[in-house]
Amino acid sequence: MPVTERIPEIVHFDVERIRQDFPILHQTINNKPLVYFDNAATTQKPKQVIDALVNYYTTMNANIHRGIHTLAERATFAFEETRETVKTFLNASSTEEIIFTKGVTEGINLVASSFGSAFINKGDEILISAMEHHSDIVPWHFVCEAKGAILRIIPIDEEGDIIYEELEKLVNKKTKLIALAHASNTLGTINPIEKVIKLAHSYGAKVLVDGAQSVSHIDIDVQKLDCDFFVLSSHKLYGPTGVGVLYGKKELLNAMPPYHGGGEMIKEVTYEKTTYNDLPYKFEAGTPNIADVIAFKSAIDYINTLGKKNIAAQENLLLSYGTEVLSSIPGFRIIGRAKEKVSIISFVVESIKSTLDIGMYLDTQGIAIRTGHHCTQPLMTRLCIEGTARASFSFYNTKEEIDRLRIGIEKAIKLFS
Amino acid sequence: MTKSIQELQDEIVDEFSLLENRDDVYEYIIEIGKKLPDLSEEHKTNENLIKGCQSKVWLVAHLDEENNLVFEGDSDALIVRGLVSLLIRVLSGQSPEAILHCELYFIEKIGMRQIISSSRSNGLTSMIKQMKLYALAFQTKIERAKI
Repeated sequence: MPVTERIPEIVHFDVERIRQDFPILHQTINNKPLVYFDNAATTQKPKQVIDALVNYYTTMNANIHRGIHTLAERATFAFEETRETVKTFLNASSTEEIIFTKGVTEGINLVASSFGSAFINKGDEILISAMEHHSDIVPWHFVCEAKGAILRIIPIDEEGDIIYEELEKLVNKKTKLIALAHASNTLGTINPIEKVIKLAHSYGAKVLVDGAQSVSHIDIDVQKLDCDFFVLSSHKLYGPTGVGVLYGKKELLNAMPPYHGGGEMIKEVTYEKTTYNDLPYKFEAGTPNIADVIAFKSAIDYINTLGKKNIAAQENLLLSYGTEVLSSIPGFRIIGRAKEKVSIISFVVESIKSTLDIGMYLDTQGIAIRTGHHCTQPLMTRLCIEGTARASFSFYNTKEEIDRLRIGIEKAIKLFS
Repeated sequence: MTKSIQELQDEIVDEFSLLENRDDVYEYIIEIGKKLPDLSEEHKTNENLIKGCQSKVWLVAHLDEENNLVFEGDSDALIVRGLVSLLIRVLSGQSPEAILHCELYFIEKIGMRQIISSSRSNGLTSMIKQMKLYALAFQTKIERAKI
């Protein structure tokens, strides 16, 4: 179905004007205009986010939560405003359910450690899919090794979708948690997480949704999804690096022991013992990344101004155009052909054995893509490939840039033959 | 008589000085990479793989009749084959001692760091390290044989 029928209220998306908001896009690499197609690795930041960082350090830098002076109050207010904004953005029921982390990786490690220590026992099972990022594999290895639990893998098909019927066979009474990418960073596949969550809950299992690649493309409503945990990183959502969010259902978070100990997360400390602070502070030890949390709000505000539906429509257009145009290149093969995808195209080229060659040549043409295993080594093994080249689009990319990518790949094929 | 490591490096620096820009340097290295003879399949083993590269790189070495070290290498990436080829040109056929004591300045001088930035140069560093390790191992072997 053409994208215009699926999303009736498309607003004309003025890409050229929007690109003016992103200073970094207007430079040359090796004397050619930059084409930034590595958004799945990290997104570029609008002026509003950069200005927010400068504004923080210029007008309100102070440590938060405890200070009684004006600067401390300003900083605390701004910090908690971001928490409120994130709560609304995810449609969580309370700010107590919004925990600031360093990013998705820390969020998953927090759940693995804390939920793991409270709820995972010997013989229990944790399910992940075959397409997970290392950050959603390694923490579970830690838990399984520590507790004697078993990690089981939900298989995928050749198109890059999970095989739901196999998942139904895998889930059982011993399944304590399913950890699943909402969207795959390598394949672009959007997983049917609502269905998976319903299935998991019918067995009493919890679900952690890795939203690293979905949060910038798809509307997230954690109450509607009914997920138990949801993790995201600010730097993949046009915000600064070093900040992430762990959403967790209140009852669960309350039942989980703290992850890191130190200042902020305590109520009372004696030499003999400690009592812990309430949510969300129980899980926020130490001075947080204050400036970047505050600037993160500007990123979410920016996204809300553009409108997530408009962003999704624009990115779907780029994905369709890119898929069509690049598929016409002889020997071009897309890895990851699920029906529902975010705007990621992973590919290999028949005549160019190494994706490193593709990536390095494109860089000489000013085009930034990613090559290699994309932190999904088990997925590469499953697909019997060494790696892929990956172009990932954002709303500030254009069709003309995709045309340049096509030309670049065609030139690379000639050069390497 | 074999040219010295320094002479070979200077030759390469001269050749590259004729290239005008980064694109030309890059394409020239690719052309060199295309010409590198393929390593036979029997040598493309895990033991011969160099760690620390995004692509696969194999390196093997043996001593010739004059106790000079002969290198052969290969990679699935053409750009890396180009680099391997340049390193082989400079170091292959040299004595282990010369290899151990040489300074490889040609890499900087031909603008390699622009092409192979620090995160990618791990592979290049690993290759050079491996070649020097081979030199050390064979030098030790030669000295033991004399005893």
